[in-house]
Amino acid sequence: MSTRTPETVTEHTFYLNLGPQHPSTHGVLRLFVKLDGEYVMEVDPIIGYGHRGHEKMAESHFYEQFLPNTPRMDYLSGMLFNHAYVAAVEKMTGIKPPPRAEYIRVVCAELNRVASHLMWLGAYLMDLGGVTPFFYAFDDRENILDILDRVSGSRLTYNYCRFGGVARDVDDTFIGATRDFIKRLRGRWKDYNNLVTKNVIFIHRTRDVGVIDKDIALRFGCTGPVLRAAGVPYDVRRVEPYSVYSELDFEIPTGVNGDALDRYMIRLREMEQSLRIIEQALDRLPGGPIRTPTPNKVRPPKGDYYFAAESARGALGYYIVSDGSEYPYRLKVRVPSYGNLQTLTEVLPGTLVADTICILGSIDIVVPEIDR
Amino acid sequence: MSSEDLKRALEKIVEPSSVHARDYERNGCLLEIGAEPGQLPAIARAARDAGFFLEFITAVDFADGPVAVYQFNECETISRTQVKVQLAREESLPSIGSVYDAALWYEREVFDLFGIRFDNHPDLRRLLLPEDADFHPLLKEYGKVHAFRSAREIYVDQDA
Repeated sequence: MSTRTPETVTEHTFYLNLGPQHPSTHGVLRLFVKLDGEYVMEVDPIIGYGHRGHEKMAESHFYEQFLPNTPRMDYLSGMLFNHAYVAAVEKMTGIKPPPRAEYIRVVCAELNRVASHLMWLGAYLMDLGGVTPFFYAFDDRENILDILDRVSGSRLTYNYCRFGGVARDVDDTFIGATRDFIKRLRGRWKDYNNLVTKNVIFIHRTRDVGVIDKDIALRFGCTGPVLRAAGVPYDVRRVEPYSVYSELDFEIPTGVNGDALDRYMIRLREMEQSLRIIEQALDRLPGGPIRTPTPNKVRPPKGDYYFAAESARGALGYYIVSDGSEYPYRLKVRVPSYGNLQTLTEVLPGTLVADTICILGSIDIVVPEIDR
Repeated sequence: MSSEDLKRALEKIVEPSSVHARDYERNGCLLEIGAEPGQLPAIARAARDAGFFLEFITAVDFADGPVAVYQFNECETISRTQVKVQLAREESLPSIGSVYDAALWYEREVFDLFGIRFDNHPDLRRLLLPEDADFHPLLKEYGKVHAFRSAREIYVDQDA
């Protein structure tokens, strides 16, 4: 670290390590912060503590064998990562899943998106010092985990999608439980608004704090709620619809200022849109098979492919280079939190240390997703 | 601001023959540009002026040297554009960190995992691996490898 010590150090200048085991860092992230008294001067996010080499692992596994790795990159929206990988390989090989499987995938993916946003909501408000909303959010999220656990067999790292379909069919219990949950969560908005959205302390902690405007967001390649809070209605589900999203009706909430409060509002409104998508998908859920037969080992034709999807945190993408064999020649995952976290280097300087936690939390990072 | 604008701007920077339209339905990508390392800063500026953001930078290791892949995208329409640069072993690339801030980390990652150096990068440290690591894991010579092919084998004629 000696190389980074500035030449002129005033008596108020010092360095602070936030993390790697700080409760607000959601994973293992270290922020190396240079402070002038209470004010942040520079920040250097140090990542890589959770680097497991997923991309290297992919090169020595069959396409099928890499499936369980995908939900482990972002453990809060595993279904979305799993869905995107399967859809990418299906596009490469030309496998067409039956319509029932597509709808089941969308229902599960959107449920997972709601779970991810609820988890963020609880954890973020806890970061800001409000303990009560945490229990409300986790109580609701637990319902989703139970629903998804029933079909996929896991609570977080769902390895549910298969090439050409899904692993298990859903039954009436699943559909009933999902509809009950939608009703329950819609009844909860009032509580959340009374507890949080109208809370003066919360508004003062987040309004005009951590402004990420359109210019910063585009320079850093931010996507997802961070970009939408800055007023850009970019959503992969709308711009390049995959699966059956083109048949479903939903809005893309956008913000104005791009501050922490906007990002909170966007996620709250996105949950409602996800509920709408789930309702429509359940109404239209067709019968029929859940899987088309596929060979034991898929061998996509030679070439390079890119497939984009919308994860809970933004634009997710798989760049896969195939040499025609059963192993991917190269598999790169474009993760949304990467750019979102990097904005801290520009947004944090000039803010107070106390706001660091507020801004970091509002970006909603999952560090293992960045580390891969 | 569209893919067409960018295409026109890019044809002034690189040879028009190295700008290829691609099959979006098949590859998820609309435009592919084969570039020389020296043209990268100009390409990045053209992409920024056309309203594109940098989606990622990565590399793919081949027997005849790595290929660096830059991907740009835009928020309103399907207009994903890929820039590929064939490198010789130990050849470095110019940094585009002054154009896109996002590139600063992607370039650190590519340096970390592939050992490709970026000229004029303000802070070229390892990003994901520990500071004292002495290997570049995504090179094909590292670990268990099933195939080591040349770039031509995979990229040429794939859209035919």
